Amino acid sequence: MKKGMNSLGGHRAGARKRRRLWLAILSLTTLGLAAFLILRAMDGALLYFRLPSDLMEQEIVAGQSFRLGGMVEDGSFSKLPDGVSVRFAVTDGAARIPVQYTGILPDLFREGQGVIADGAMDGQGTFIAKRVLAKHDENYMPREVYEGLKERGLDNMDQYKSVSVMK
Amino acid sequence: MIPEIGHFALILALCFAFLAASLPLIGAARGDTRLIGLAPPLALGQFFFVSLAFASLTYAYVTSDFSVANVASNSHSLKPMLYKITGVWGNHEGSLVLWVMTLTLFGALVALFGRSLPSAFLARTLSIQAMIAIGFLLFLLLTSNPFERLVPAPFEGNGLNPLLQDPGLAFHPPLLYLGYVGLSVAFSFAIAALIEGRIGPRWARWVRPWVLVAWIFLGAGIALGSWWAYYELGWGGWWFWDPVENASFMPWLCATALLHSAIVVEKRDALKRWTILLAILCFSLSLLGTFLVRSGILTSVHAFAVDAERGVFILIFLFIAIGGSLALYAWRASSLEPGGMFSTVSREGALVLNNLLLSVATAIVLMGTLYPLLLDALTGAKVSVGPPFFELSFIPLSVLLLIALGVGPLLAWKRGNLGRAAKLLPPAVLLAILGAGGAWLIWGAGPVMAFIGFAIAFWLIAAILVDIAQKTKLGRAPLSTLFQRAGGLPRSIWGMWAAHLGMAVLVLGVTASETWTEEKLVILTPGETVEVGDFQFGFKAVDPVAGPNYTAIRGQFSVSRNGRHVADLWPEQRTYSSPHMETTEAAIYPLFMGDLYVVVGDPDGIGGWSARLYYKPLISFIWAGVLLMVLGGALSLSDRRLRVGAPHPKARPVPNVAVHQPAE
Repeated sequence: MKKGMNSLGGHRAGARKRRRLWLAILSLTTLGLAAFLILRAMDGALLYFRLPSDLMEQEIVAGQSFRLGGMVEDGSFSKLPDGVSVRFAVTDGAARIPVQYTGILPDLFREGQGVIADGAMDGQGTFIAKRVLAKHDENYMPREVYEGLKERGLDNMDQYKSVSVMK
Repeated sequence: MIPEIGHFALILALCFAFLAASLPLIGAARGDTRLIGLAPPLALGQFFFVSLAFASLTYAYVTSDFSVANVASNSHSLKPMLYKITGVWGNHEGSLVLWVMTLTLFGALVALFGRSLPSAFLARTLSIQAMIAIGFLLFLLLTSNPFERLVPAPFEGNGLNPLLQDPGLAFHPPLLYLGYVGLSVAFSFAIAALIEGRIGPRWARWVRPWVLVAWIFLGAGIALGSWWAYYELGWGGWWFWDPVENASFMPWLCATALLHSAIVVEKRDALKRWTILLAILCFSLSLLGTFLVRSGILTSVHAFAVDAERGVFILIFLFIAIGGSLALYAWRASSLEPGGMFSTVSREGALVLNNLLLSVATAIVLMGTLYPLLLDALTGAKVSVGPPFFELSFIPLSVLLLIALGVGPLLAWKRGNLGRAAKLLPPAVLLAILGAGGAWLIWGAGPVMAFIGFAIAFWLIAAILVDIAQKTKLGRAPLSTLFQRAGGLPRSIWGMWAAHLGMAVLVLGVTASETWTEEKLVILTPGETVEVGDFQFGFKAVDPVAGPNYTAIRGQFSVSRNGRHVADLWPEQRTYSSPHMETTEAAIYPLFMGDLYVVVGDPDGIGGWSARLYYKPLISFIWAGVLLMVLGGALSLSDRRLRVGAPHPKARPVPNVAVHQPAE
């Protein structure tokens, strides 16, 4: 509060102070609430990105959601008898993880191309995908996959430029 | 030749921008009217030259001039004309040209409509606007020249991504840019006010129409994008909390807050510093949004090519623009006079609460969007923040906001009476309970949150009706003059009701479609029928069809309810030739109570086809709601009081002053 303000009279300045106090209380409450909501949401809603090799190294609890990325292994794709479920393997060159998915695959799903899937392990070594991500370009290599592979020195995939589109 | 003219025009525009960013500012500081007077023509000049550049680029696209690298990599001679034109902004460089053109367009509009503004203030505003243009023009010319030539020129272009060859998407970026860039005007007004150290009701009246325009276009652009995702991506999703969606959503949230706080400045001369800060933050979020989209640092379906040079440039630009304006704010804000008084329970108080909740909501979205970046930079761990995060954090906050939204408009300015407002609200509570009960009757059980959603939407609708009844004195004055009284209310009030009603309608659509969507994934042979919801989807056949630049298979479905034919649906699976790509064209039949949505997939090899069938209750309410908000904004914008400007402190003896200042 500025000094000049007080000369306007104690009542007005007092009212201004009271209003500030209310504002401060309200703001702090809202911020506290937001912090609480964010922390609570962070707890269950973050998806960690993993390559098949990561799964070999780390112990992943069955049922815990994460995001799996890599390449769809050549020749690994098959349809299950129900007609709507598919199985394929995701590989990063050093390890492979079988994946099962029920649903229509994105238009650009191909063997030998990059893929990202959200889901969880079923406890028997198969990744049950809830969502297989569609990336809208033939050359598209999901960025995490590319960087993950590069970090591990597994990339010989310079042909996969990260070109994509705008909505 | 034409592309060189375009390139040259961009350079000239940059020169104009340099002049406009310096001379009028110096003139305003020294009181030199000649320099001040340069601001409007320089703003018009920038717009002219950037438009010329844009026209040149468009010409190169229309004539399929593949000697221009940008055209060669993004167009194709066989593309329909509409998509040749929209292809101009379907790529990084072209979309930036559109961005700058929109920016200079707003500058020119301010110059044209702002003649009644104090000339020094106008000059400062236009200078700030020119500084932003400098940043973007340099970015274009130094890192992303759209007119670069290819030698030798290829015979054919690469084509535009088929997913972008869609009318809904074609106009999504321009609308969004009008919104993003519209906020630059609010920003420039705010910085000019900070430099002058003066802000009051008049300032709010000047800035509010621009914020409204930006808000309207942002809302329309976001809705168009989500509608596109809904019918084009083929699985009925309409919002993914994708970083780039968030990038446009954050400025919208912030602009919503700004719209409301500017009202307080206008009516009550309070919340002035906060409003200035909001104006700065809104545009900062627009810049950040542009940065997130352009730099490709976030994995997204939208990201253009990753390019470190561009990333660094934008980062420096962001740092100067946001850091500089916030520093100026820290330095100058304390010199602004403190505003008017109001008690905590009052319309102003309610608007403060609105602003708090909206800013916190913006912060949550920002946090969720940037967290993966931060974590990656700090620990190297790669995470993605998906819908569950936002559902757990953003939604509860919105619930609070919407409850408050029902009460706020019923409170009086300066000193409200919560008790009196509370007496008006029992009908709203009743309708809320009825609404939730009605949802249960129609769709049956669901999560608690769904019924809360319905209760809130009906609460809001009822509160608006109560407010209308109050303001038209329904039941307290003769019924015969009701329409006269209703028509006598300012349009901005009707605009407010329409926008708030739109919010309620949106909530209904989101809640019902997220909760009670029915989905079946099946293998069908021709002649088979599947039941989804109350509807029987009969599968007739699959035929091959050919389009201008694609071939497709088309499924035939006939939908009926209780034996009565409802609709025929023809979903397609298209294969484009250039670039080679497959897209899914869902077939959608909107009914009032929900959409029928069919996607046809691959053959199973033994006569059957996979198909995905949906019934999505009330989903069209989502877009209807946004449309209502947009209409509300437009209604408010057409309010006479905004056009004629604030009452001047000194009565001016000019009789028809209003005629000359249509959108002040």
